Parts: sequence; structure tokens; C-alpha cells
Amino acid sequence: MAIDNQFIQKTLTEKFGEMVFNYQDSYGMLSFEAPKEQNLKVLQYLYDEPTLGFQFLTDLCAVNYPDDKGRELAVVYHLHNLQENTRIRFKVFTAIENTDVFTASKLYAAADWMERETFDFYGVNFVGHHNLKRILNVDEMDYFPLRKEYPLEDQTRIDKDDEMFGRG
Amino acid sequence: MTEQHHIKLPEGSIEKQTTTLNVGPTHPATHGVFQNIMELDGERVVSTEQTVGYIHRAFEKLAERRPLYQVTPITDRLNYCSSPINNMGWHLTCEKLLGVETPKRVDYLRVIIMELARISDHLICNSIVGVDTGAYTGFLYVMQYRELIYEIYEEVCGSRLTTNIGRIGGFERNFTNTAFTKLEKFLKEYPKVLKEFENLFARNRIFMERTIGGGAISAERALNYGFTGPNLRAAGVDYDVRVHSPYSSYEDFQFDIPVGKTGDNYDRFLVRNQEMWQSLSIIEQAYQKIQAFKGAEAEIYHADVPEYYLPKKEDVYTKMEALIWHFKIVMGEVDMPKGEVYKAVEGGNGELGFYLISDGGRTPFRLHFRRPCFIYYQAYPELIKGGMLSDAIVTMSSLNLIAGELDA
Amino acid sequence: MSRPVRFNIHPIEANIADAIGNAPSPEGFGGDGFFTARLSEVVGLARKNSLWPLPFATSCCGIEFMGTMGSHYDLARFGSERVGFSPRQCDLLMVMGTIAKKMGPVLRQVYLQMAEPRWVIAVGACASSGGIFDTYSVLQGIDQVIPVDVYVPGCPPRPEAILDGFMKIQELVGQESIRRRNGEQYKALLNGYGIE
Repeated sequence: MAIDNQFIQKTLTEKFGEMVFNYQDSYGMLSFEAPKEQNLKVLQYLYDEPTLGFQFLTDLCAVNYPDDKGRELAVVYHLHNLQENTRIRFKVFTAIENTDVFTASKLYAAADWMERETFDFYGVNFVGHHNLKRILNVDEMDYFPLRKEYPLEDQTRIDKDDEMFGRG
Repeated sequence: MTEQHHIKLPEGSIEKQTTTLNVGPTHPATHGVFQNIMELDGERVVSTEQTVGYIHRAFEKLAERRPLYQVTPITDRLNYCSSPINNMGWHLTCEKLLGVETPKRVDYLRVIIMELARISDHLICNSIVGVDTGAYTGFLYVMQYRELIYEIYEEVCGSRLTTNIGRIGGFERNFTNTAFTKLEKFLKEYPKVLKEFENLFARNRIFMERTIGGGAISAERALNYGFTGPNLRAAGVDYDVRVHSPYSSYEDFQFDIPVGKTGDNYDRFLVRNQEMWQSLSIIEQAYQKIQAFKGAEAEIYHADVPEYYLPKKEDVYTKMEALIWHFKIVMGEVDMPKGEVYKAVEGGNGELGFYLISDGGRTPFRLHFRRPCFIYYQAYPELIKGGMLSDAIVTMSSLNLIAGELDA
Repeated sequence: MSRPVRFNIHPIEANIADAIGNAPSPEGFGGDGFFTARLSEVVGLARKNSLWPLPFATSCCGIEFMGTMGSHYDLARFGSERVGFSPRQCDLLMVMGTIAKKMGPVLRQVYLQMAEPRWVIAVGACASSGGIFDTYSVLQGIDQVIPVDVYVPGCPPRPEAILDGFMKIQELVGQESIRRRNGEQYKALLNGYGIE
């Protein structure tokens, strides 16, 4: 018997009230949001509560919404309850000026490298992470490449002619 | 002796009891490019510091530039040992976003291709574990059967390794009789080979003594680390995406999920081995189901979705709507629904997830790959701590780390 | 629809007479018990049939290389039975797969450790020119960091293509002059890459 989305929504509203909001059903998966200061409280509750039991962190990534002022970076957690076979999506938004988000790596060991990757690509500063360094890019890189403002190609290359690629 | 004026020893190096050894990034080629700087106390590993990213190709940023069909070739290069599974996972994600239903025959054909890819991936992993423990013969012997699998891919899509196989809604062409003949040849000859390969290692005393106990992990730690796939199943948790969230009609097939006990290298080898037998049984069932389709049903190889599936070339040259659809699909002008979708398939290494956010434009707004290798490689220091250096090497190869998937 | 099958289903019976062939000998003058030829040709003949490759396999092309090493396509019949992983012992650096900017210095260090005469073959589109990955993190071709002798296009190239590239390297090795590595032009080539 899978816990259905209404049960999850009801349990969360009873516990957190207005703090957890924006419940949506996208293609069968419940997704909701919370302020970034409360992300660990919500994750801990989803982990510990016996009727919910979301103890598997499937994925942690970030999305850059450049047009959404004050909410430019979203950190998205995909959680999974293996016994009941239910998945949910939990988002926290942060502004681009101050990108501090509390780290989930004490709760889920899987979040360790996923947060480093998110930091490397988007610059989200995970407070409390034991080793927040770049992981996939070169250590000396000084910008966060996956943000929408930066181009895909290396601008210093001389052998590819952008005109021929339709990007002149 | 007095102090030396010209040699400046690093701070604390006289008292240091451990050796620093750099393993990688260029190993004996087969594993891929990652670096481990190990602290060794004699032969025992005390700690290790990992560096990845030596083959970071920025797939996620690349996908933001390409319409849906152009993303398929880059999904190939994630886990390149079993690239059809990545392709099918991507097509399934697109079908979920676009609301496309595939007919049964397409699902069964997809299952055949995915299980062949799984066999091909596990063959590489198991034979490389053999090579690392010193037995080179198994690797060369099974390479011949991987060539037969490549020939089957070549019949269907034209390419051996990075297949770019399939379309949204099905396949680009029906499987020819040659493809089925080769599949029958594979089904006839391969069980004997797998039995021989299994006999070479499974109860071989040297292999068992090398691998039992090395790189063990408990089920709780594995779940906390986000393990999926054969590595998790070797630790004792029977989580398989094909059974828990069935896709592509996997619920119509009868197969077991092999599960280990201790999660060490030997269990991983046996789990992968048994999964190959299960995959073989799935392919046989799927082949029988396909042969049961007769007449017009036997010619179906794609769903009827002209908005996303390229029309036949003859129609493009003669009919107006086909021309318009062709133009719209190739130029990427087809309307995309807005939304977010997460779809997971069971890749060779575990749960390969695609998180796709579409904002209605011609290219994805954000595409994130949930790569199983990246997630379970974090546990490597914990797996090898206290073990010997040679066991650390065997653990690395038994985890089946594919560099393309690790760095994406 | 089916088409007539021509390959791989009905294997040809092996015939020993087809399997043995004689390679052409170098030009020279011979007689009863002696043979004279140019030194560079004899040395070239010896070198080209016993190249020791270093497979620098990073990604998908590496798997096609594994297929080339297997018995179906067999690289060993060209004399490169012994693949080495130490650059000090190898002649031919086969770079197979994408080289990211992070890997560039590592590749250069491996190349610098090789002893003369050394050859480099760039297998695959990514090693030749960056391939489909025209991104901020991928080196657009290894010839940005090391000199390359033969490029093998393909993504990944079929094993036959890798063997064809290998045979072209063999031609280069067979015809190379003994004095090439000490000459001015070669030094200028290396200086262009910042290698002394």
C-alpha cells in the first residue's frame, strides 16, 4: 500500500502548517517547498516520522531561474520511501546574493558529493559541509558554469568558428 | 649527523608513519580516470582522498542547448558500456513528459535491447574483476559474445557502442529478420559460455580468497550512501527499479532479483552473474512474446505520434502533413508542455534518473542526470579502510565505476 | 523488411594457405648469405612490427579499444601484443577518449615521460578535436598540448578504423629517417608545444 500524496500533504500540514507550502502534483509526484532555513527540519521529520519514512535520498540538484528575483536558485531534493514505494520532491529557494543553505550531509551520506557538485555548478554554499570544494571542474575555476548567464563554449578557443556553428 | 643545509624536509615527515601513494588518474586503462591519493601503513589503507572530474564533459549544460532528439547522443555517453539503457531511459522520460503511450510490441523490443545491454555491461564488469585478480582469459573469451551483442545493435540502429537507438515512441525501423536470427544465435550459444565463465570464477578458490571480505558494506550504510543497483543488492536490499516502478511492460515478465548478504566483492560478482542469467531468461520470454504477434501487429515498431516521431521519408516527399511535421520536429518547433518530470530506469549500475524541467521552449530548461556511479563512489574510502592495497584495487573494479557516468 | 545477409552468419572455412603471407622485404642488394639495405629501412621494419602501445583510454573509445584487443579484431597480430601502462617503456601513445582540461596536464606529463622515438595516435573525435563536446571543460583536441601523428575519426571509430590508424602509424614508423628526432624541424615542432 503506497502512501498517497494527500496523506503526505495532510501530515506535513499538521506538523508544519504554513511553513511548507506550494503543494503541486507533477506527473504523479508530490512536490512542495519550504523556506531555506527550515530545510533540515523538514528533511529530519520526513526521515524520522514512522508513517512517512523517507529515508532514501535519490537526488539533490539545483536549478537556476534567472528571472525570478529573490528566488534565483532552487535546491531540489528527491526523496524515496523504499518500503511504500513513494517518491516526493522537496524544493528550497534561495536568492543569488546570499546562497547559504544548510547541508543535508549529516543526515544522508549520499548528499556529500551531490552538494559539492551543486556548489561547483551553481555556487550554492552549503553551511556545515565538511569539504565544500569543487569536484568536477578544475579547482582554479572562478565562476559557476551552469548558471544561465554563462555560455556553454569555452570563449578562448581559436579553432572553432562560431559563424559556422550558427552562433556567430 | 648535523642538520642538512640543502635538503628541506616537509614538516613532520620524519615522524610520519604512513606512505602517500598516488593511484591514478591513468590506471591500467580499463577502469577510467579517477585519482585516489592513498595513505598507506605498509600495505594497509589508512585513508584515501578522491579526485574526480577528469572527464567532465558538461552534459547538463550541453543538454540545455539541444532539442529532445539531439540529447539522445549525449545520454549514450553516460554509461557507455550499456548505452541502449541510457537511450531508452531518456526516451521514456520524454514520453512521460509528452504523454506518449507505446504499444506492447515496442515495449517488448525495448526490453530485449535493454537486457542485452545489461548483459554486456555486467560481462565487462565481471571479466575486469577477473583481470584484476590475475585471470585474463575470461575477459578475452567473453569479448567474443559482446561482439555478437554489438552486431545485434548494428542491425537495429547502425552503430556498435554509442547506439543512439530508438525514438520517442518506438524505434526507427522494425527489427529485420537478420536481427532476430542473430538474437537466436545469441540465445543458443551464450548460456554455455556464461556457464563456463561462471565455472571459471564462482567456486575458484583463488578468486574466492581474493574477493571474499573485501570492500564489504552493510545494508544500512549502503542505503544512507544512496547505493542502488547490483551494489545495493549485494548488500542485501532487494530494490530494483524494474520491479518497483515498472516501465516498458516489465510487469509482464517473470524474473527474480538476486540478493547478496555481506556486500563484499564476491557477493557483487555473484549478484551480477546471476543477473545475467535473469536477463537471459527475460530476453527469451520477450522473444517468445514477440513471435506471438502476427499479421499487422507484427509490423508495429513505433507509437502513432506524428508530433514527435519523424515520418517516413517517402511520405515527407509526397504528403503535406508529413512534410510539415518533419520540418517542425527537425527544427525543434514542436510545442512542448511545461512541467517537471523525474523518471528512473534500472541501468547497469543502478537507478539512472532523469530530472527534466521543460518551460515550453524547444530545449530543456534543466536536465539533471541522477548518475548511480557518482553517488556510490563516495563510499569508496569507507569500503577500503583497513584493507590492503590490492583489495582496494579489486574493490574499485568490482564496483563497476564507469568514468563517463561518474563525471557527466 | 529483410535484406540478404552477407556477413557473420555463415563463417568461411579457414584455409592455412590464406593465413600465411610474406611481407615485402626492403629494397636492397643480396647474394649468397648476405643482404644489404639502408639502415633506416631495416630499423623501421623492426620498429614498426613491434610497437608497444600505451592505451591512454579515458572513455567510450577505450571500450572499442578493448574490442580491438580482443580476439575478433586482434591488435596483437600487428606486433603490439604487449600493451604497457608505463610511459617509460612504450613507443606509441594511443589517446582514446575525451580529454578534459583537468586531464590535459596529466596527458602532457605522460607524453614527456616517453623516450624518443615516440608516436601519438589520437583515436576518436574527442581526442582529435573535442568531438561533440564543444564545452568549457573539454580540451578541443589533444594537439593543443602534444604533437599528434595520426588522427582516427569516429565516435567511436570501429575497430577496423583503429586498426587502419595503427597501420598508418606503422607506415610512418617504417619510413622515418633515423636522423629525424635530432633534426631542426622536429625540435621546432616540440618547441611549438613548449617541450624542450
